[in-house]
Amino acid sequence: MSELISLENISLKAADMVEEGRVHKDLYSDPAIYEEELDKVFNNTWVYVGHESEVPDAGSFKTSYIGRHPVILSRDRKKNTHVLLNRCRHRGATVCEHRKGKTKAFTCPYHGWGYGLDGSLRGVPKLEEYEGVLEKDELPLESLRHESYQGLVFATFKDDIEPLEEFLGKAKKWIDLFVKQGGGYPLKVLGEHRFNFPGNWKIQLENTTDAYHFPIVHKSFVSSLDDATADIFDFLDGEGFVEDLGNGHSVMVMIPELIDLEADLDQPIPERFEALAQALRDEGQTEEQIKRLVRASHGTGFNLNLFPNVSCSMAFFRVLRPVSVGETEIQHVALGGEGAPAVFNQKRMRLHEHFQGPMGFGTPDDGEAWERVQKGSMSGKDGWILVNRGMKKTFTTADGNIAGAVCSETGMRGAYQQYKKMMAAVEEK
Amino acid sequence: MGVNTKLVNDVTAFIWYEADLLDHKEYQEWLTLWNDAGLYIVPTDNKETDYEATLNLALDDKDMRRMRVTRLESGESISADSAGVTVRMMSRVRVLEASEEQVVVRCAMTLNELRHGKLVTYPADIEYILTPKDESYRIQRKVVKLLHAEGHLRTVSFIF
Repeated sequence: MSELISLENISLKAADMVEEGRVHKDLYSDPAIYEEELDKVFNNTWVYVGHESEVPDAGSFKTSYIGRHPVILSRDRKKNTHVLLNRCRHRGATVCEHRKGKTKAFTCPYHGWGYGLDGSLRGVPKLEEYEGVLEKDELPLESLRHESYQGLVFATFKDDIEPLEEFLGKAKKWIDLFVKQGGGYPLKVLGEHRFNFPGNWKIQLENTTDAYHFPIVHKSFVSSLDDATADIFDFLDGEGFVEDLGNGHSVMVMIPELIDLEADLDQPIPERFEALAQALRDEGQTEEQIKRLVRASHGTGFNLNLFPNVSCSMAFFRVLRPVSVGETEIQHVALGGEGAPAVFNQKRMRLHEHFQGPMGFGTPDDGEAWERVQKGSMSGKDGWILVNRGMKKTFTTADGNIAGAVCSETGMRGAYQQYKKMMAAVEEK
Repeated sequence: MGVNTKLVNDVTAFIWYEADLLDHKEYQEWLTLWNDAGLYIVPTDNKETDYEATLNLALDDKDMRRMRVTRLESGESISADSAGVTVRMMSRVRVLEASEEQVVVRCAMTLNELRHGKLVTYPADIEYILTPKDESYRIQRKVVKLLHAEGHLRTVSFIF
């Protein structure tokens, strides 16, 4: 059908604002482009909605968003998971406003329509008045296609796009490595920090594989560390790299020796981790298990960015939600091990509190920088934003991917090329 | 209901003093108000009571309090550098328990922050455990229960 559509009438403005090495500031500040992104990006791909450990039992649920759509991730009595549109089929009110919890049913507060954990419409008050005009079987909460990989649950409005594993593609190898920080236990969500910043969602998207900013923006965090740890965070001149994994995904390896947390477990425990090791010893852990847990406790040596809304960032998930063209909500999700020693999970939470969230030693400085980018996007005649660092110094990895130095902008370029492709797509209806 | 007004006055004076130190960024003096084993806690879930076993926005022991102050004063943090002023109102002080060893107090706070020209307001319940010391008190525990702890907060480069 596409030959019948006049291409002249279709706005390709946003796609034109992405060049190989630069993007235009209007991508951060034009409300029309923002609305188009929700349709063309968020409604057209796999979007992260939660982790399976957040809905552990029959009756567990959590709420989330896919672009502008509120959704519920639920687990029914048979322990099957569902992703349901959070919208009553009667008047359209949300049926759940809690972040998470356990329930037997979702009941619309407006007229009392009740839905099961699988979305099926169970109860309608004064049903007799609907005789001949309503079939309950035809009005469940709308259910979305969803698939999971290593416990990460993604959902999509598109029934005809590729399977999740195909979309994740070369990122799967890195997700497999990321989950090893459970220390031999299944990865589990321990809690989350929530904050917002007055800026566009793509500013955060860029940040996850941006090592260039780290020693500058996070100087006060690095100063708060012991010398050995501070040395580890001095990675700009190291052997790290950024790899474009395709489909907008990218990985930034800051600390190559911490790619695989299960490698080199024969190494002695560094002195600065001795307090944690002793606490684990006091709990009766074996020396082998202590080495594994101590090594896993600080997370991986890489940040993995999964287009468009989630990253596996060293020791936590960073989930973004676009709220408006100039406002973005972020969740920093703390991770530990299901059934892991309490000392280990508590150490993970204290580390999370140290850097992450609205009161961490790192996040407020990121937020300050992002807010200033948004301010800057309202000014200037030129208006281009550079993402060309290391563009002529790329190399091909053993996996066949384009990569650059750790502080190159290879990851951002990968994300923006996926964005350009999606924003340039012509709807065939 | 008998109210020990002398005790309420003494405790209120201490809370006002602490509030004034924080609004005026006299952080070094603020550090001296604490017992070494004291904890400064800002929970993510106000119904939680086992703070060490759960994720908080902040759970600062002596070292973390000192590091937090260092970060705010060092000039290395861009958000602390551009942080505006805060004005906090401490009110509705109620003594929940009092003994010779400690006083448990709850009060209301409204903290206003001017940040990048915008006013941000943080209402909170604050719970203190104070221990008597030389005609005044030391803080054994301070739990700041932000009204919107579970919502999306703005980033914070000051001390509640």
